[in-house]
Amino acid sequence: MQPPLTSHAPQAPMIRLESVLVLLGLSLAMAVLAPNFLSLTNFLNILLATSVIGVLAIAATFVLSSAGLDLSMGSVLAVAGIVTGVLCVNLGLPWFVGVLGGLLAGMLLGAVNGLLIARAGIPAFIVTLGMLSVARGLALLIADGKPVYGLPGVITFLGQGRLLGVPMPVWLFLALVGVFHLILSRTRFGRYTLVIGDNEMAARVTGIDVARHKIRLYVLSGALASVAGLLFAARVNAADPTAGANYELSAITAAVIGGTNLFGGRGTVMGSLIGALIMGVLQNGLNLMAVASFYQQVAIGTILVLAVWLDRIRDRRRA
Amino acid sequence: MSLLEVKNVTKRFGAVEVLRGVSFSLEPGTVLGLLGDNGAGKSTLMKIITGVYCLDSGQVFFEGKPIPYPQHTPREARELGIEMIYQDLALAKQQDVAANIFLGQEPIYRWLGWWPMVDKARMDREAQAAIERLGARIPSVRYPVGALSGGQQQSVAIARALTFNPKLVIMDEPTAALAVREVEHVLELIRELKRQGIGVILISHRLPDVFAITDRIVVLRQGLVVADQPTAQTTMQNVVAHIVGAH
Repeated sequence: MQPPLTSHAPQAPMIRLESVLVLLGLSLAMAVLAPNFLSLTNFLNILLATSVIGVLAIAATFVLSSAGLDLSMGSVLAVAGIVTGVLCVNLGLPWFVGVLGGLLAGMLLGAVNGLLIARAGIPAFIVTLGMLSVARGLALLIADGKPVYGLPGVITFLGQGRLLGVPMPVWLFLALVGVFHLILSRTRFGRYTLVIGDNEMAARVTGIDVARHKIRLYVLSGALASVAGLLFAARVNAADPTAGANYELSAITAAVIGGTNLFGGRGTVMGSLIGALIMGVLQNGLNLMAVASFYQQVAIGTILVLAVWLDRIRDRRRA
Repeated sequence: MSLLEVKNVTKRFGAVEVLRGVSFSLEPGTVLGLLGDNGAGKSTLMKIITGVYCLDSGQVFFEGKPIPYPQHTPREARELGIEMIYQDLALAKQQDVAANIFLGQEPIYRWLGWWPMVDKARMDREAQAAIERLGARIPSVRYPVGALSGGQQQSVAIARALTFNPKLVIMDEPTAALAVREVEHVLELIRELKRQGIGVILISHRLPDVFAITDRIVVLRQGLVVADQPTAQTTMQNVVAHIVGAH
């Protein structure tokens, strides 16, 4: 028999409480230790620095929740940026053609991932590991290995401009977090994502088209990687074929710290936002304290492992 | 008119003849126990009825109408009113009770008259009502299913099957994984289905459960029906003899 059931049911939480506490505790520590940490400007800095990884973390939340994996996000980010750059700068096409082209390129690569995983039945790890290499190579080929400089004004505004004092990437990032949080938690698309990750057979016998849903998830991941690529290129006013290397690992880290189950069935976009902010606060605070960046890597890796360990302890207590 | 009538159904997988001309019938509001050793063909037969497999020859009638193989699919079986509750229950363990009961048919409302969102409040309310109709005891429909006991999970699986208003419910080993005192609760749920006029096919290895609840017992052995008797007119020894082929 199970342990006695208490009156307060452990309903699926919006965000994992532990991650919020870690974020608050970390912020408090930084506020005491790091000079200039506690200011609006610095707060916006953290959000700005988090925005590109954060957009990828949204994608990672969906894909991981479905018990999938997308290791190609960082490379797809570069392809999308390069396609936008080449269309706008080398071919002189209007900005929206470049943006749309980048988005379509990312979705196309995502669709290839999805088809190989859902229809050909190749493990997601292998398919997206292959795509990590293929897409990076494509980005370098398209750009002939060189960055493309001088993007149109509209695009650079998207990366460097401000609205009401808040950087544009932060607006875009937070808007995407809001929309995709609702999609994952409150729509059929989101629920099927979690159910497929939880028990694929259960999804299948209730009539959910699992293969089609998975393909859509990887297309979504490609699309969000493209948005991240656009933001990245816009911020530095250059489309760089080497952009975003290893970003997929940071995005997955953010999602997992935020409470997404690496093996599927559980995840919230708000949680991943918290996870990304934990990483952002840590980096920012250690920078302000002039701690060498090597330590930051040690700290983030440690937090990741601790987060999953806490999860396991809690699951074991519940089971 | 029988609810379900299976006539001379055969099925082979490669060289293996799994069903060799199986016939039986089921009346509405009755419980049929389907028994047989592993590999006797029970699962294959049920998967033919639920549209997972196509039969090779023979016919299946549901409410007097022939099921049109090979067009029969799991989705069409559900539309006809045939529900299967799998042994592993096909539940999403990290999702809550309400989400599992409404899996694949979540109620929707249009946010701002436009964006389709899952109506969680309605889902919780109706899931609660479904659980209460069954007389099942579950602390909250917002509990993740994996945190419930085996019997409670079985109740969730049954409640889900009932949301489709089935006429026939097939249950694969519903009591195999349960604690003794939970078994009686599941048997009571089956009696409730029977009272509602639903036909039930019960696949089980637990003979006491089968004798407690069924009206009729069909024994399969090596793809053939070797016994088909009213439960009241047979004994456990007799049934066991048929299962192991001692007759």
